[in-house]
Amino acid sequence: MPAVSKGDGMRGLAVFISDIRNCKSKEAEIKRINKELANIRSKFKGDKALDGYSKKKYVCKLLFIFLLGHDIDFGHMEAVNLLSSNKYTEKQIGYLFISVLVNSNSDLISLINNAIKNDLSSRNPTFMNLALHCIANVGSREMAEAFAAEVPRILVAGDTMDSVKQSAALCLLRLNRTSPDLVPMGEWTTRVVHLLNDQHLGVVTAATSLITTLAQKSPEDFKTSVSLAVARLSRIVSSASTDLQDYTYYFVAAPWLSVKLLRLLQCYPPPEDGAIRGRLTECLETILNKAQEPPKSKKVQHSNAKNAVLFEAISLIIHHDSEPTLLVRACNQLGQFLQHRETNLRYLALESMCTLASSEFSHEAVKTHIETVINALKSERDVSVRQRAVDLLYAMCDRSNAKQIVAEMLSYLETADYSIREEIVLKVAILAEKYAVDYTWYVDTILNLIRFAGDYVSDEVWYRVIQIVINRDEVQGYAAKTVFEALQAPACHENLVKVGGYILGEFGNLIAGDSRSSPLIQFDLLHSKFHLCSVPTRALLLSAYIKFINLFPEVKGTIQEVLRSDSQLRNADVELQQRAVEYLRLSCIASTDILATVLEEMPPFPERESSILAKLKRKKGPGNLHLDLDENRKERSVNGGTADHSSTTSNAKAPMPPQASAVPVLRSAGPLFQVFASPTTSTDLLGLGSTIATQNSAPPASKGASLLVDVFSGNTAAFPVETPVAVGPVADENFSRFVCKNNGVLYENQLLQIGLKSEFRQNLGRMYVFFGNKTSTQFMNFAASVVCQDALQAQLNVHAKPADPTVDGGAQLQQILNIECVSDFVDAPVLNIQFRYGGTLQNIAVKLPITLNKFFQPTEMTSLDFFQRWKQLGAPQQEVQNIFKARHSMDIEVTKAKIMGFGAALLDGVDPNPFNFVGAGVIHTKTTQVGCLLRLEPNTQAQMYRLTLRTSRGTVSQRLCDLLSEQF
Amino acid sequence: MIGGLFIYNHKGEVLISRVYRDDIGRNAVDAFRVNVIHARQQVRSPVTNIARTSFFHVKRSNIWLAAVTKQNVNAAMVFEFLYKMCDVMASYFGKISEENIKNNFVLIYELLDEILDFGYPQNSETGSLKTFITQQGIKGQTKEEQSQITSQVTGQIGWRREGIKYRRNELFLDVLESVNLLMSPQGQVLSAHVSGRVVMKSYLSGMPECKFGMNDKIIIDKAGKGGVTNEAGKSTSGKQSIAIDDCTFNQCVRLSKFDSERSISFIPPDGEYELMRYRTTKDIILPFRVIPLVREVGRTKLEVKVVIKSNFKPSLLAQKIEVRIPTPLNTSGVQVICMKGKAKYKASENAIVWKIKRMAGMKESQISAEIELLPTNDKKKWARPPISMNFEVPFAPSGLKVRYLKVFESKLNYSDHDVIKWVRYIGRSGIYETRC
Repeated sequence: MPAVSKGDGMRGLAVFISDIRNCKSKEAEIKRINKELANIRSKFKGDKALDGYSKKKYVCKLLFIFLLGHDIDFGHMEAVNLLSSNKYTEKQIGYLFISVLVNSNSDLISLINNAIKNDLSSRNPTFMNLALHCIANVGSREMAEAFAAEVPRILVAGDTMDSVKQSAALCLLRLNRTSPDLVPMGEWTTRVVHLLNDQHLGVVTAATSLITTLAQKSPEDFKTSVSLAVARLSRIVSSASTDLQDYTYYFVAAPWLSVKLLRLLQCYPPPEDGAIRGRLTECLETILNKAQEPPKSKKVQHSNAKNAVLFEAISLIIHHDSEPTLLVRACNQLGQFLQHRETNLRYLALESMCTLASSEFSHEAVKTHIETVINALKSERDVSVRQRAVDLLYAMCDRSNAKQIVAEMLSYLETADYSIREEIVLKVAILAEKYAVDYTWYVDTILNLIRFAGDYVSDEVWYRVIQIVINRDEVQGYAAKTVFEALQAPACHENLVKVGGYILGEFGNLIAGDSRSSPLIQFDLLHSKFHLCSVPTRALLLSAYIKFINLFPEVKGTIQEVLRSDSQLRNADVELQQRAVEYLRLSCIASTDILATVLEEMPPFPERESSILAKLKRKKGPGNLHLDLDENRKERSVNGGTADHSSTTSNAKAPMPPQASAVPVLRSAGPLFQVFASPTTSTDLLGLGSTIATQNSAPPASKGASLLVDVFSGNTAAFPVETPVAVGPVADENFSRFVCKNNGVLYENQLLQIGLKSEFRQNLGRMYVFFGNKTSTQFMNFAASVVCQDALQAQLNVHAKPADPTVDGGAQLQQILNIECVSDFVDAPVLNIQFRYGGTLQNIAVKLPITLNKFFQPTEMTSLDFFQRWKQLGAPQQEVQNIFKARHSMDIEVTKAKIMGFGAALLDGVDPNPFNFVGAGVIHTKTTQVGCLLRLEPNTQAQMYRLTLRTSRGTVSQRLCDLLSEQF
Repeated sequence: MIGGLFIYNHKGEVLISRVYRDDIGRNAVDAFRVNVIHARQQVRSPVTNIARTSFFHVKRSNIWLAAVTKQNVNAAMVFEFLYKMCDVMASYFGKISEENIKNNFVLIYELLDEILDFGYPQNSETGSLKTFITQQGIKGQTKEEQSQITSQVTGQIGWRREGIKYRRNELFLDVLESVNLLMSPQGQVLSAHVSGRVVMKSYLSGMPECKFGMNDKIIIDKAGKGGVTNEAGKSTSGKQSIAIDDCTFNQCVRLSKFDSERSISFIPPDGEYELMRYRTTKDIILPFRVIPLVREVGRTKLEVKVVIKSNFKPSLLAQKIEVRIPTPLNTSGVQVICMKGKAKYKASENAIVWKIKRMAGMKESQISAEIELLPTNDKKKWARPPISMNFEVPFAPSGLKVRYLKVFESKLNYSDHDVIKWVRYIGRSGIYETRC
């Protein structure tokens, strides 16, 4: 036990601690602690007041006991008393106890705050430091409320000591992190920026951390920091290492500060002022030059510090993405690291290169390292580094080297770690598709993929092959031949059997001419795999067989024999049994003509975003992939909004995307049988019934109603007078559901169901309204008309095509509405329906969900453009903001889907805060086009959203804000 | 079966390590130390599973005994073995302490070799072990002696060797009981049971056959049926006979005979052994009654008054009485007044401990205490743990009586009357608690 003098050390504490250490068992320790606690309690309870020393000692003991893991429920008052002591040691222990033990809801908090206030206003720098540290350590909301105004004042006051400034900056940083809303932005912000010029490097370091965080929140306020940071950085970089005495770390000048300054600069685009820009470039060049110099020390700390600065500089260069020479130099520098002995360096180099590869300037430079990267893939020992190598290969791939890279990845796949196989498979599949020049190569690649790593090939991959083969006539024959050959292997993966079954079923006729692959041989080959496969694959094969009957009438007998066998007709699996029975009947009954129609070749699939890409995105999160966003846009424009799968699949004419059903072979036959099996479904509108359930569960109907009361409060009263047709109230429960989507059920009562399908392009739209008669009797004198009230008449043209005056029982009637948006509008048109049912006249009025946002065209833009426009739209009437409580759970994916459905393009990576959503788009009307920017900031803790809309027209902003606010 | 056996000291250092099977590696030693002995939270369960390996442990003062296995063994068997192991060690070198284990480690390894073979427990009878595992050097045993040991150890009566001779044939019989109680503050018995043991120490010549009789209800009823009428039998046995819930016997007792005739007959081992264990739950005589009175005076004061009443014949004397009154966790000072014995506040145990050396039956005594409390900002209420009590009384709280113990030795010429027999009853407290 170290000797302690009575003065500053505490003998009682030392004895107690050594007692505890000497305890032989847990029980003994607990006994000793109980004894000590009793002693302290009696001391605190005792009548005579304790002096500061013993108070400090006992509080210390309590702290020690607490840190051993025991509960402490007293002594807080004594600790608070210590705060008012004038001795440093006593004050320090008091603050320590409070930082560790006092929780934010304690009733002592006001006393503590008072003591802290006293210390902050004292002139003693050590006391001020203690108080600031305490605020930062506790960092609760109460603390923030009490001191959020005080701390900035201390930070920028002229007479504050350097060490206090340092603490104040860090304290403010902490408060800003825990409760950002409480830290006010004031005139102090400009003065904080000037701390970057401070003499004391410690202050500069602390201030840089603070400014970086603040600048991410409000970049505008701290724009001036760029020039200061550049100046400071250049002073550090160009200084001789001896200039900075204390802040030179193993011959590197102020590495931490440099890193922080470089980080700060990454919050901003490259400086526009030429001089500053030149100076920054110079700095970065110096850093890169220094990396080339021989190391001044062999110590690992030296190289670590140097490399830290270097990597941060490189990420700044990548961030700016404007200086081709720097980018290339950075790339070369990273290239050197690729072969470095240090694993961490290799990892970082690969990671940075990944981002470099996406820059147009350095893409070529990155490509020169392909051999090294491939080598790393093969020889690297650390799996995480290999993973990065795969990422980099993926990022650097383009048309010129795709074949090489895909080949390398394929050969690596055989030995790759199980953990990353699936990802590699997806990447290979994407690259092969994206850069395929001839599709025979693509088919070969994917089949190899399935052969090497069949287990890791997800369904999306083989769906995609089939989509592509079906859409490209030129490869169909080759594909059929290749899969036929691949299936010859004695053991092949089930996915291969699936692809083989599908392709031979569709295009087996293309290779049937060859005697080696005659129809019977093809069939026998497929059937030899049948018994080894799982139920879904067997189902697919059965469908392939029925397709064979159509393609090759000569094998009909054989196949019927197979279908007729007990193992099929009486299969335990319902799906297989049903298929066998139905296919057998179909092949027996139907004439060849009917067979040919039913089993017609699949029509081409619509071009859409590769489902594989979507899967990879899901797997990796958006940040890691640098995909051209065009694909996204393409998908949207083709499908006209978010595709509603259920409605497309149920439509027998529409092509069925393979992933929608387990067995994609039979396009038309499946639904056909469904109709046979269950005639009752015919009353359902277009199969929309299946979507009702999901819709009903989504937004509660009452919400929609309240919205409309709000929005149309001025109009609803006038309705009955102006429109004599509308007798009943206007139904609008389902209105708000359609704000973010285009299809679904609009209205339903016991007689009538109204379904909608709509599409919009620019300022034009078309809406298909389906009137379903739910009864068994005919509706007579059926008439539906659209009425636009008041101002809406001038703003919106809706033309309804005439429809039949009768609707049979159980049947449905379709009416087409053509819509044209003349100028921006607020109200919604009303659909009036009149018909005679059983002698009584029925009147129904429904609000048509034609809202302003339907005429949105999404616009992609970069972060820079976005904020530039955002600023341009800064006029007060152009911005509308709404803060509201979340009605539904705050799911990120759902929110994204809603914003996309709303029509705006969802911009990823624009907002510095990744949890915020940012969207952009243009509203097309006949007269004008209105650019819209929107920003949605969720606060998951408070379950609140803040929605900000800026458009060039105030009314539009207001209307869009109202519409969108109701959706969350 | 047991794969290995380790003995640790309180720090987790291995004192004895004996591995019987290959599936137990050296790392098992560390696994137990890390996960049990040095665990952050105290491990309460005696069986711990770590990485598909089961550790069964018992603790004797500061010493940990752990049996390790990878198989699915009968846990009761393993614990029975561990207890037996403790008994054997205690009979060889007294108290099980780190010091003693370090001094006798050769002996312990020798014992482990003998009583466990490939993880299967073998002969663990102290008496017979002592014939061939000695603490002195081997006294040049003759061939006959050695073969005798072999035949005895492998023979039918492994627990007693032949040819024992005593000048005085003497026999000590102890009935040791521990009485457990949980009582409500109002004096209602919530649960009570007695677990007892009959321990014998016999110094008898030859191979005597003993017969033990007690006032077990079933035996009495059986006897009653044979002689007296049923009515009369019940009226006499109503007070005297007891209902034994379950019992277990030493291996020397002939179980077949117990099953058929309910008579306990056996050839006793030489020296000390436990003849039987039993448990009763009905008609228990509770030697003491504790009447607590706790009054909270404001937030900072607590008044406690506890009265104990002895409830047995005035001629008997209870000994070593100790009443433990728990105090709240924020006690800052205690004043105690008691008429009899000594009372003290023990801060390390958070309790007032009241000790009385002796107390006769049908007496009562009381203690009163004022407890000062420190106001805390914790809103938790004190849980009021029960008041517990320890004592020793010279009778069996279950009411068990030894009716006879007959000794027959046909070959040697001493009869039942020549044997000097001593019987003693000791009732101790187990967990004897009263809620307050």
